[in-house]
Amino acid sequence: MITLEHYLMVSGMLFAIGFAGVMVRRNIIIILMALELMLNAANLSLVAFSRFHVNASGTPNYNAQIFVFFIITVAAAEVAVGLAIVVALFRLRQTTNVEDITALKF
Amino acid sequence: MMSPFLFWIFAILMLVFGAAVIINRNPVASALSLVVSFFGLAALFLSLDAYFIGVIQVLVYAGAIMVLFLFIIMLLDLRAEELRKINWIASAGGIAVALALMFQIFSVVEKFPAAKQSFPPLAKPAPDDVRQIGLLLFNNYTLPFQIIGIVILVATVGVIILSRRETR
Amino acid sequence: MNYVFIGTSLAKIIGLLGFVLGLMNYAVYAERRVSALMQDRLGPNRVGFAGLAQPFADAGKFLLKEQFTPAQVNKFYYFLAPCLAMIPAIITISVVPFGSTLFGVPMVIADINVGILFVFAIASLGVYGIVLAGWSSNSKYPFLGGVRSSSQMISYELSLALAVIPIFMLVGNLRLTNVVQYQIDNGWLIAPFFGDWTNPGKWLLAIPMLISFVVFLIAILAETNRLPFDLPEAEQELAGGYHTEYASMKFGMFFLGEYIAMITGSAIIVTLFFGGWHFPGIPDGSHGWIFGLINIAVFFTKVCALIFLFMWVRWTLPRFRWDQLMRLGWLFFFEIALVNIFIVAIILMFVH
Repeated sequence: MITLEHYLMVSGMLFAIGFAGVMVRRNIIIILMALELMLNAANLSLVAFSRFHVNASGTPNYNAQIFVFFIITVAAAEVAVGLAIVVALFRLRQTTNVEDITALKF
Repeated sequence: MMSPFLFWIFAILMLVFGAAVIINRNPVASALSLVVSFFGLAALFLSLDAYFIGVIQVLVYAGAIMVLFLFIIMLLDLRAEELRKINWIASAGGIAVALALMFQIFSVVEKFPAAKQSFPPLAKPAPDDVRQIGLLLFNNYTLPFQIIGIVILVATVGVIILSRRETR
Repeated sequence: MNYVFIGTSLAKIIGLLGFVLGLMNYAVYAERRVSALMQDRLGPNRVGFAGLAQPFADAGKFLLKEQFTPAQVNKFYYFLAPCLAMIPAIITISVVPFGSTLFGVPMVIADINVGILFVFAIASLGVYGIVLAGWSSNSKYPFLGGVRSSSQMISYELSLALAVIPIFMLVGNLRLTNVVQYQIDNGWLIAPFFGDWTNPGKWLLAIPMLISFVVFLIAILAETNRLPFDLPEAEQELAGGYHTEYASMKFGMFFLGEYIAMITGSAIIVTLFFGGWHFPGIPDGSHGWIFGLINIAVFFTKVCALIFLFMWVRWTLPRFRWDQLMRLGWLFFFEIALVNIFIVAIILMFVH
């Protein structure tokens, strides 16, 4: 029997994987991908809650799915801007490694 | 609802390839692993009767965002990065923090008794979710929808300015 | 689970897959005969009667050639790419209704409520095969082909998606069987010559539908890398494009994948604009199995007519230049499709 708990656990594990990616990896493109994993972990738990809260008319609560829709849209915009910054950075410094970009470090 | 067998197959597919994203040293392999991971996630969305979100997930992420990633990785030719040596202490620290976060999430979910009930049944086995989401989006969420439109417009302008070559 | 459902679904999958693969082989043969017709020569006519066994000879040639693998390629992705180029095109056809009913079984493999979105989602995966082929070959020309192809497909996907929005504003549903049913009741979207004659809104709507159809057709040409948009494999500039480093059946899978993409693209155009399996005067499959078969035959006849149109275009028009192609996609078709949506919205508001 699969319950809401299973979905939330899987979502938590996916979020942790994305978080570990942001912490461990030094390639800025991989960090962006790990951010996508974290956003999608949030999406999974939102959709699971949407299915869990069934309305009186017997349909899932679609408000949560609207949030997921917005998250996907913002993620698309975020990736476009992020990758544009990466390309601009690569033109200046010929690197995508975050350890090489320390000009603002105090 | 999906059978437990299929749920576990897709959940494990998603998690294994999600882990492959951060383990792979080759950025192209990471990007392709992320695509497979998103397919597992889309299947989980379908198991929750969210057909629209599941298909949008494949359409936007696998069809557009990951192609963009792959395009940039190919354009920058990031193969040299494979040779860098790993800072094992920093990696171990990062993984430890992520594991701590995961167990924190698990303990919170454990303390949530309602989550142990099974999902309530739907009135219709396959709801017409595109219509419902569309109605909600254009009735209750009109302002957020327009703001999202502006966000995308700003992002588009920003990307064009960022990627334009300086002409003096 | 219902065993009748599983059995009929399996039968439909195997039947449709076999038929589409056969149609693909004869599309290659037809391409050569049509090009010969356009250029006033004969084409392949020696193998079998009028060259009809030519596809078998071609398949034998592809399979028996040496499986040559260049030394510098990235092996795993090099072998993965041809599969990825072919599979999405085949999967797409699973949501297209290719007939009415046969013995009470609806002739569509998966009648899902997000039909057209599913088509776009799966079709957009076709770009991976080409990009990976270009990247893993580790060679200049294939790489340029891959980069060109990915930017071209991303650009034209926008026009493709925007061009179909007016249809779904009209029909009010994303399910492809409902689109066909709407066209049975109100006349084909591109040519509403039957149904209710007195409705002026229907005739007004035929104009934006025609614009939609033209944009969609051209975007499909670009998505399937057909001439005049075949820049990813332009022989004169790129020595063969993304599949320069491929030989024997691996090349064959790219080549045949393009034809399958053409067949599925035609099938979607037929479903959206030409009434699917419907032809005026022919009843649907509930009136006897013979009509069910005739409906399937009507559908594939329309598909073949569109494939002929694609070939006609290929052997008539010259290739675009790269910047012309991008300018056309972004500054012309994108805007036309966008304005078209507003026109349809206004017509629907005041007339319907």
